[in-house]
Amino acid sequence: MRVCALSELAPGEGRRVELDPPVAVFHTDDGDVYAIDDTCTHQDASLADGWLEGCEVECPLHASRFDLRTGAVDAPPAKKPVRTHEVSVEGDDVYITLSEAAPNLPPGVGAPTGGSAPSTQGLA
Amino acid sequence: MRTVAVVGASLAGLSAVRALRRQGFEGRVVVVGGEPHRPYDRPPLSKDFLAGRLEEPDLTLEAEGEDLGLEWRLGSPAVCLDPSARTVRLGDGSAVQADGVVLATGALPCRLPGSERYDNVHVLRTLRDALALREQLLPGRRLVVVGAGLIGLEVASTARALGIDVTVVDPQAAPMTEALGLDVAGVVTALHERNGVRLLGGARVEGLVGPGAGRAEGVQLHGGLRLPADLVLLAMGVRPAVEWLHGSGVRVDRRGVLCDGAGVSSIPGVVAVGDCSAWYDVEDADFRREEHWTAARERAAVAVGSLLGCSTPAPVRPPYFWSDQFGLRLQFTGRRRADDELVVEEGDPLDLDFLATYRREGLPVGVVALERGRSFTKWRRVLAAPAIQQAVRA
Repeated sequence: MRVCALSELAPGEGRRVELDPPVAVFHTDDGDVYAIDDTCTHQDASLADGWLEGCEVECPLHASRFDLRTGAVDAPPAKKPVRTHEVSVEGDDVYITLSEAAPNLPPGVGAPTGGSAPSTQGLA
Repeated sequence: MRTVAVVGASLAGLSAVRALRRQGFEGRVVVVGGEPHRPYDRPPLSKDFLAGRLEEPDLTLEAEGEDLGLEWRLGSPAVCLDPSARTVRLGDGSAVQADGVVLATGALPCRLPGSERYDNVHVLRTLRDALALREQLLPGRRLVVVGAGLIGLEVASTARALGIDVTVVDPQAAPMTEALGLDVAGVVTALHERNGVRLLGGARVEGLVGPGAGRAEGVQLHGGLRLPADLVLLAMGVRPAVEWLHGSGVRVDRRGVLCDGAGVSSIPGVVAVGDCSAWYDVEDADFRREEHWTAARERAAVAVGSLLGCSTPAPVRPPYFWSDQFGLRLQFTGRRRADDELVVEEGDPLDLDFLATYRREGLPVGVVALERGRSFTKWRRVLAAPAIQQAVRA
């Protein structure tokens, strides 16, 4: 599935793709493109908003770092890896193939909560 | 160094233990915790846990299968440190002897006199506190929150969503004025008022109203106003948990364990990190307690480096905190002073969607954002750049 144009994604930046669950696509300073689940596995935070350094992105809330290549997390509070998705770039188009593994969403996200939790926006 | 005692089993203590292992310490590590629990994450206690969306197992800070080879001594607090004998004594009469000591005992909520005797007057620091408060947060009840800091405001937000009538009283004219300045305090006020919270600024609390024990009936303000309440939360700030160190020779004052810029206390071989500590700050030319989650996590590696005699670079990132209220995310980083100028860079504060910088002689020294996580991270990187930090200090 096409998610964006490469020219819209400056090196060193990430972007959230509104799927369910959302996906984050990153363009590293070295020119590589990676896609992982956007939601930190610890709490509801968008990794596309995180601090990208080399092949790692740091969660904007609690600073757990995820490896874009493997999805692995360096240190808690996040305890589980994020899924990685296969990326291909054809011309200016960035395509991803979604992982078939089950996502590691944080507690309270993605599950029916009842009450007044903010609803998930922009389901694809 | 063969044995290290880490006194405190929350985020700062756990981060210290991880840093010890990561920095190559293979000796014995004893972790002392006053609470009976393994390390857990406190920020959700005022939010998702209080709302019932998270439960106790969701809060654990240790990863599945994580084995740092620790000896846990949980459920009995440290009561005395004897640095000459390098011994920590615990409340249950046992003792831990160690070559190095990490103090990470955190902080204790401030209370009003006599508040402990009321069943419906709460503080919020521990899991136990949160469970007690959660049980009483029932729709239609009247909650009075004393103190409009992060804890008070987050509980107000959670409670409103649960259908509770909420009044927040605070000595400052507007909430978080000291931390964020008057303009942003106005935004926080608007956020709460739009969501039905009654904010009473400039209010001095005289005490609790009630028979002295059992159920408090309300809160008495200076000037005669009496706020009836079904339950009360005291969120009036914290004091460092350092009483147990008096007489130990470790230098302590109301700010906490006084440490140099790398976490070393007045006694070599004893370092301190997290809410119990006040590290020397070059910019302030004074000791400063950094009472936020991120500081507890990041500074542990520095303190442990000092303890092990490795040279670890000092933390380079400016202070940072975040808060979730009424579904919106507030973030702040930097070092704001009262006379810094607020410049809105993006969005509009009145729309509750903006990013602003605090500027000192034109240079950005702080950033505050509501719902602007993406731009906030960019600004956070700008502020953390060594060139900016040096220019600000010069």
